[in-house]
Amino acid sequence: MSVVLDVENLKTHFHTEYGLVKAVDGISFNIDQGEIIGLVGESGCGKSVSILSVMQLIQTPGEIVDGKVMFEGNDLLQHEANGPEMRAIRGRKMTMIFQEPMTSLNPVLTICRQMTEILELHLDMDRHSARERAIELLRMVGVPDAASRVDDYPHQFSGGMRQRVMIAMAISCNPMIIFADEPTTAVDVTTQAQLLELMKDLVTRLNTSLVIVTHNLGVVARYAQRIYVMYAGRIVESGLAEDIFDNPQHPYTVGLLNSVPRLGEKRGGRKLVPIYGLPPNLIDMPPTCAFLPRCTYKTEKCGKEPWPALRQVGDNHYISCYVDIRGKQ
Amino acid sequence: MKSPSNEQMVEVKNLKMYFPITRGLLRRKVADVKAIDDISFEIKKHETLGLVGESGCGKTTTGRCILRLYQPTSGNIIFEGRDISREREGKLKPLRANMGAIFQDPFGSLNPRQTAGSIVGDPLKVHNMATKTDLDDRVAELFKLVGLDPAMRDRVPHEFSGGQRQRIGVARALACRPSLVICDEPISALDVSIQAQIINLLEELQEKMGLTYLFIAHDLAVVQHISDRVAVMYLGRIVELTTSEELYENPLHPYTKALLSAIPIPDPKTEKTRTRIVLKGEVPSPVHPPSGCHFHPRCNLATEECSKIRPTLHDVGGGHMVACTRI
Repeated sequence: MSVVLDVENLKTHFHTEYGLVKAVDGISFNIDQGEIIGLVGESGCGKSVSILSVMQLIQTPGEIVDGKVMFEGNDLLQHEANGPEMRAIRGRKMTMIFQEPMTSLNPVLTICRQMTEILELHLDMDRHSARERAIELLRMVGVPDAASRVDDYPHQFSGGMRQRVMIAMAISCNPMIIFADEPTTAVDVTTQAQLLELMKDLVTRLNTSLVIVTHNLGVVARYAQRIYVMYAGRIVESGLAEDIFDNPQHPYTVGLLNSVPRLGEKRGGRKLVPIYGLPPNLIDMPPTCAFLPRCTYKTEKCGKEPWPALRQVGDNHYISCYVDIRGKQ
Repeated sequence: MKSPSNEQMVEVKNLKMYFPITRGLLRRKVADVKAIDDISFEIKKHETLGLVGESGCGKTTTGRCILRLYQPTSGNIIFEGRDISREREGKLKPLRANMGAIFQDPFGSLNPRQTAGSIVGDPLKVHNMATKTDLDDRVAELFKLVGLDPAMRDRVPHEFSGGQRQRIGVARALACRPSLVICDEPISALDVSIQAQIINLLEELQEKMGLTYLFIAHDLAVVQHISDRVAVMYLGRIVELTTSEELYENPLHPYTKALLSAIPIPDPKTEKTRTRIVLKGEVPSPVHPPSGCHFHPRCNLATEECSKIRPTLHDVGGGHMVACTRI
C-alpha cells in the first residue's frame, strides 16, 4: 500500500498570555491508502490540534513552528494557509468530520445549500446536478426520505442524523483522507454503533483513508488497523491495533487500559487501577518525560534525561520510554 | 464488601412524570412529554442499583423524582418506609439530609464564588448538624474522606481540576451522612484516566459508610462494574431489571441485547468476533411514543401484537425482570 500522508516532526505552539503551550511537540505519523488509523488520547493531549495543523486550520495565537506534511509529493506547510493550493485540498482531498454536528453546520442554511456549495466549488457542478448528487449522498449515508429532507435546516435533524449529514459532506468529493475528530462523542451508544459501521463501510467502498480521533479506546479497537497514542503533545506509543491492546509497552497506554471498566466484569471482581495524579499543564513543561510524575515504572534515569525519542520494540511497534516494562506488569 | 440486605431503602411504585408542553398566551396545554411512564422498582439497603439508558430515556428524571426535586404526576415513592411522593416542601427538608446527590457536571454544579470549604460545609449549616466551632473540623474530615487536602478549603472551584471538583461534589453529598446517594452520571464529564479514581472512591465510601447508591449513567460498562443490579430504561419505561452478571450473561430484552452489542470493548480480538446488532432508526420522541411496546418499531422480534399491548415487567425466574411479550 502506498503512503498518502506523511507527517514529520510537526510542532504547533500557542503563544498564550500565561506562557508558551507546546500543544503538538514534534509528532510524526503516516497514513496508508485505505487505512483506518486511531489517534487516541485524553482531552488536551494535542490530538485535535495535530489534525487541524495538517489541514492548516490553526489560528492565532497558534502557530505551526516546524515540521513537514508530505501529501502527493508536496510539503503542505510550504503553501499559504489560505492560499489557493490549500483551499483546493481542504474539503476536496482532505475532509473533516467534527465532534459537534450542531455547531459545525450552519443553522441558517438548508442542508442542500451547504452540501451543494462544496460540490459547486470543488467539482464545478451546476446547481441542478449538485442537488441531485446531494440527495444521492444523503441516501448513501442512510438519511431516510432524502429527496425531501435535503431542503430541511440542521435543527430539524436529530444528533445522529446531523452527523450522517456531516459524513455525507465529508465523502462528497471522494477525498483521499477523512479526519474524524471525536465523531461519536456527542451521540448515544446505539447511534455510535450505527455511525461507526457506516463510516467503515463507506471508506472501504471508496478506498479512502480514515483517521479516527478519540479518547475512547473501545471505539478504535474494532475498526482501526493502526493506533497512535498521544500524551502531552507527543506520540508515546504507536503500532498495530492488536499489539497496542494485547501487548502495550508504554506505561501510559498500560494505565489507560487498566483504568477503564470492561463489559462483563463482575461486581467486586477486578479493581480498577486509576492513573494517579493529573494530566500535565502544558505551559512551560519540564524537558523530562511528561508522564514522569504519574508513572509507576519510573527509574532514576527518567528524571535526568530529556523526553525519550520513539524506539522500536517490535514490528511496527514504537514507544517513547526508557524503561522496559515487559514482565513487570 | 457489605452485601445488600433485603430491607428496602426506596420503593418506587407506578411512578409517572409528565411534563406539559404549553402553547400560546394562555399557556394552554397541548401535549405531554412522558419522561417517566409508569415504572416500579426498589432499591435495597447497601445496594447499588444502576440505571442505564440513552439520553432522553428518563433516567435523570427518575433520580430527581426520588430526590423530590420534581413533584411526580402520579405514583408513590416510599423512602425508608414513608411515602414522600406527596409530601409538602416544609416536611421534605429533614428528609433531604438523608439523601445526597452527585451531579454530572463538576463545573456547573459548584458555585464558582464559594470556597470549597463552604460548599462542603453548607449542608451541615442548613440542617443544623454542626455548631460554629466544630464546623471546621467536620469539613476537614470530609475533605480527607474524599482524598482532598483540607488545606485547599479556601480555594474556589476554578482552582481545582475536574476530578478534584467531583471529589468536592462527593464530599458535599456525604456531608449530612445520608443513607441514599443519587449519582447522576458522576464520571461522564471526566477524563478517562480520572474516571477510575472516582469509581474507586465511590466504591470505598460505600463500604466504609454503608451507603446505598442509585447510579445513573449511559455507559453500561461502568454501570455494570459498580452495580449489584441494573435497570435498563427505554423511552420512559424499564425494559429489563436484573443482577449485573445476569444482565451481561443472559440479556433477554432485544433492546438490552442491542445496547450490549453496541458498546465497544477495548480489545480487537474480542471485537472482531462479536456480532454487532445495529438498531434501525432512532429513539422516537417521548411526546408521541409508539403505541404498545415503545420499542416495537425498532425491534427484530416485533409482531402485530407488540404494537397494541404494553408489555409489563414480569419475573422470568430468579428475579430477572423483563418487559417483553415475546419472552
